[in-house]
This record gives sequence, C-alpha cells and structure tokens, in this order.
Amino acid sequence: MKYFKFIAIGFVFGIIMYKSQAVSWFRIYEMFRFESFHMYGIIGSAVILGIGMVQLIKRKKLKNIHGEEIQFTPKMKSVPRYLIGGLIFGLGWALAGACPGPLYVLLGTGTWSILIVLAAAILGTFLYGVLRDKLPH
Amino acid sequence: MFDFIYQPWPWYVSGPLIALVMFLLLFTGKNFGMSSNLRTMCSIGGAGKFSDFFKFDWKNQVWNLIVVVGAIMGGFFASQFLSADTTVDINQQTVASLESMGFANPGDAYVPEEIFGWDAIKSFKGLMILIIGGLLIGFGTRYAGGCTSGHAISGLSNLQVPSLIAVIGFFIGGLIMTFFIIPLIF
Repeated sequence: MKYFKFIAIGFVFGIIMYKSQAVSWFRIYEMFRFESFHMYGIIGSAVILGIGMVQLIKRKKLKNIHGEEIQFTPKMKSVPRYLIGGLIFGLGWALAGACPGPLYVLLGTGTWSILIVLAAAILGTFLYGVLRDKLPH
Repeated sequence: MFDFIYQPWPWYVSGPLIALVMFLLLFTGKNFGMSSNLRTMCSIGGAGKFSDFFKFDWKNQVWNLIVVVGAIMGGFFASQFLSADTTVDINQQTVASLESMGFANPGDAYVPEEIFGWDAIKSFKGLMILIIGGLLIGFGTRYAGGCTSGHAISGLSNLQVPSLIAVIGFFIGGLIMTFFIIPLIF
C-alpha cells in the first residue's frame, strides 16, 4: 500500500500530460517553431508556481509526510555537461516529439511504436554510463 | 458542465497541475524527475557489470517505476475515457510547414502517422528516426543529469543555474533539429 500514492501521482500526471497535449509530437514541433504559446504557457506557469512553492517550503521549513524537512540537493556546477548533454537531449526531444515522461504516457495511449523509442532511450542511457568517464563534465 | 474535461486542457490549467504533481512528490519525500527511470531500468537489467554508473541500490528507486506505471495508466484512461477526439489544434503555419514536407492532415491524429504509424516504422528511415530519437533522448538526458521534468520544471523552480544551462541546451538542440535536420529528413 505504501506504493499506492505513487500509482495515484503517476496516474494524475499521465492524465494531465495527455490532456494538455504536451505529449503530442505536433505540439513539440510547434513549440520549437515558436508558433504557439501553448507549451511555453504550460512550462512557464508550472515554473512560476513552482518558484513560489519552493520559496514557501524553504522559508516555512515545511516537512514531508515522513516528518523530515523537505531538502533540495543542489546540482553539481558545470557548463559543458549541461550544455552538451542538454543539446543532445534537445535533438532527440524535437525528433521523437517526446521526453522521458511522455514516452510512458504515449505507451498507455496505445502508440506502440513508442516502445522502439523507449528501448533506444534505455540503450542511450546505457551508452552514457559506459562512456561517461571519457566525456567532459 | 463537465464538458471542458473532454476538451484539450488549456496551458493555464495544465501548467499549474504539473506544479502540483511536483509538490505531491516533494511532500512524499521524493523528487520530480522522469528520466532517472531509464538508469534504474539499466541497473535492473544488469548494466552494473559494464559500468559503475549503474551500480546502485535500485530498490530505492522502485517508487519512480511505480509512478511510471501510473503514468501509463493515466495515458490510457485519458485517451480512452476523457477525450472527445484526438485532434491537436496546432497553428495553421505549423500545419502548412508540415504539409510542405509531405505530412498528410497534420494535427488530425494525436501523433503523426508519418513517424509513429506502422507504415513508417516498417521502412528503414522510419525505424531509424525512432531509434536515433530514443538514443539521443536517453544519452542526452543522463549526460545533462535530467530532462524536462528534472531540469525545466524542478530545477528552474528551485532557481538552479545548472538547470537553466541545461534548458538552454535543450532549446539549441531542439531548434537545430526542427529547422535544419527535420527538413532534411522529410
């Protein structure tokens, strides 16, 4: 039962992603062509609300359901890692029209060909793991 | 009165709801980041034999795989029971640009047949598009340490400079693909 809440959160996430059309290839293509505000509105409003909520959590030292203060781990400082890695990810995001979360949501809609993208994404992560010592970070 | 549920949800409904998902995860003691699952699956599959990067106690990550199961169910439920139709009302300029590359009726289906349909994946080119797309996603997201959920939503919400750099990278890559590579492919 301790996992039920995660099923529920994932379920809600899946519905939001499908209904917002953020998992549609067309919306991603449209976003990168700057021909609609839709995707910018989704990400922008999530971030603006997110900034306010993170500030609230930090200032009020809010606790999670286990009674621990909610912590934010800072990301390691680097430029090449985020810029190069991000650029590679961006190429894939625009080509397949999906990022990791939407891959699963699309699977649920019965878009079976997304399994190929998912399998390749797992392989891509594996290749990164094998090559990471040779890459600039 | 519930008619709006069956229509596509506008950004000002969807965006705040995504922020809510992030906060539900923070309050359960976790983080919002979907790409970690790919690493977890490598680890479960025995990738630790090839790289220490996959040697970690993946049992601590099971919750994230459960979120994925929920997301699959959510996608199924929303597409089957919460949608009047599957059209995506994209800008007419976007439609025109896709038509000029040979896409038929862009936006009539939820995703393009030319990329995800059976005829597409039976061709070598179509198969390569999906495979290369997946490889770039999986490699890039782990290199950058996160994807749209981990960097663009969680990271920017916490005003992290690394996430801003990553999001700039996402856009450079996305623009190169959209304006220079996709027109070459189609």
